[in-house]
Amino acid sequence: MGESDAGAEDSQARPLVGSAGAAPASAEAAPSIEAAFREERGRLLAALVHRFGDLDLAEEVASEAVEAALTHWPVDGVPRSPGAWLLTTARRKAVDRLRRDTAYAARLAILQVEADRADPSPPADADGDLPDERLQLFFTCAHPALPAEDRGALTLRCLAGLTTAEVARAFLIPTATMAQRIVRVKRKIRQARIPFRVPGPDELSERLPGVLQVLYSLFTEGYAASSGQTLQRLDIAEEALRLTRILHRLLPGEREVAGLLALLLSTHARRDARTGGDGEIRLLDEQDRSRWDRAMIEEGRALVVTALTGGPPGPYGVQAAIAALHAEAEDVISTDWPQIVALYDVLLRLTPSPVVALNRAVAVAMRDGPEAGLTLLATLADDPRLRDYSPYPTARGDLLCRLDRFAEAATAYRDALALAHTEPERAHLRRRLTSAEHRCRGSHRIEP
Amino acid sequence: MKYMLLIYAGSADAEGCEPQDWMDYEKAMRDAGVLVGGHSLADLTTATTVRVDQAGERNVTDGPFAETREVLGGYDVIDVPNLDVALDWAARCPGARGGGSVVVRPIADFGDFAG
Repeated sequence: MGESDAGAEDSQARPLVGSAGAAPASAEAAPSIEAAFREERGRLLAALVHRFGDLDLAEEVASEAVEAALTHWPVDGVPRSPGAWLLTTARRKAVDRLRRDTAYAARLAILQVEADRADPSPPADADGDLPDERLQLFFTCAHPALPAEDRGALTLRCLAGLTTAEVARAFLIPTATMAQRIVRVKRKIRQARIPFRVPGPDELSERLPGVLQVLYSLFTEGYAASSGQTLQRLDIAEEALRLTRILHRLLPGEREVAGLLALLLSTHARRDARTGGDGEIRLLDEQDRSRWDRAMIEEGRALVVTALTGGPPGPYGVQAAIAALHAEAEDVISTDWPQIVALYDVLLRLTPSPVVALNRAVAVAMRDGPEAGLTLLATLADDPRLRDYSPYPTARGDLLCRLDRFAEAATAYRDALALAHTEPERAHLRRRLTSAEHRCRGSHRIEP
Repeated sequence: MKYMLLIYAGSADAEGCEPQDWMDYEKAMRDAGVLVGGHSLADLTTATTVRVDQAGERNVTDGPFAETREVLGGYDVIDVPNLDVALDWAARCPGARGGGSVVVRPIADFGDFAG
């Protein structure tokens, strides 16, 4: 699972076969080795990149170190400090390589001098603990000079420790295509010399939103398709959550990081209730709230306080506050809709977008009734950015249903069906359409 | 690491595009010791394009075709440690303002392979 490239993939099996004498130990050790590596991989890679300034070299020697671990640990036992063992081994292998490859050595010698000049204090890895250089890797993977569509893939590859094949599966594209994209993006990092560094305090406000955007996109990538059949993608949501936790540990003072983490927690807390037994979508008002993850909701709520305290709020903090209000309500009716509308007002000022306006209109409908919501939706009808956005006609259909205007609602659902992308969403809309059509006929029958 | 900043002209009357701004910018680059070289290009109407076809026939035409609004107005070559620093200098260039843009391209370094 955690290997960095195809070459390392078969290394899982090899030592188990090779060291027949230690077979019971290896069978027992394998999962913990796996877990240790998965946990340490991003950190190991970041430490190696910091030291050698070369992502490819870092990945290669990290893989070799893991291969060595898979050979030695089942026999000798897992070392007390697995991360430091891996780093020492990987560094030794890197030095071997450099001795063999003089051109490489010349290049890295220059990089090393620069790295030492920039950061005179050596990484504190001598006492056994692996230094945490992952923050600079977050900023490198989300660098604005890289193609936006590749930043998430690179983050999953370098920080989450997914193989290229796993990353390809996450984005539903062929492995070969993903491999090409990763090669291309790594080449740009090397050739344009995109630095491995944490932006200074004056740059942070400009660069941090890019990092958060990558994590949020990864999360929604996994979350939007939680149809039950594609469990794989729920893994991606969890990976995004795990990485956001790491980022929050590394930047505890950044309120928007706390806000994003709170938002992901509050949203992910509902994962089990979002689909029914057949994988069908269950909306907020249909969800069994006893299946919400209370621990996650509590954790998210505490973070919302951090995100909203001590200065003007950022967009993730506000969205997290909205999610937290949903999470703490007993049901849809008793949800604090006035407060949610007020938060959407703030969000609309921070990030003016028709999607936020749409969500606000739905919240207003909950506060003031469906007519008020429809009036607001009408003001968005001509926005070209909503033209192909199925939630817009869906929201109209739902509000029209609440006003018993079933014929119009059916039309809106048909519009939405034509725009829906995923099968679970289409199934959900077909269900609503059928119900609206049924009640439409029903109401006609009553009329003379 | 050397980077070329390709400066594409925006509207000439944009703020921050006074001759003094350009002189200040160049001075800043010289003072910082990053400027390797650079030139402004003469007006686009003075440009001439040469192509040689497969038969070796020379074909000379007037101008590059400037159908786009992106017109290369000049370049600077700077020597800085990495892309972030290059981007900082590009952002300070008066040509990046007023609808103009600066494209930053690393200059290929074949020294790595020469040893």
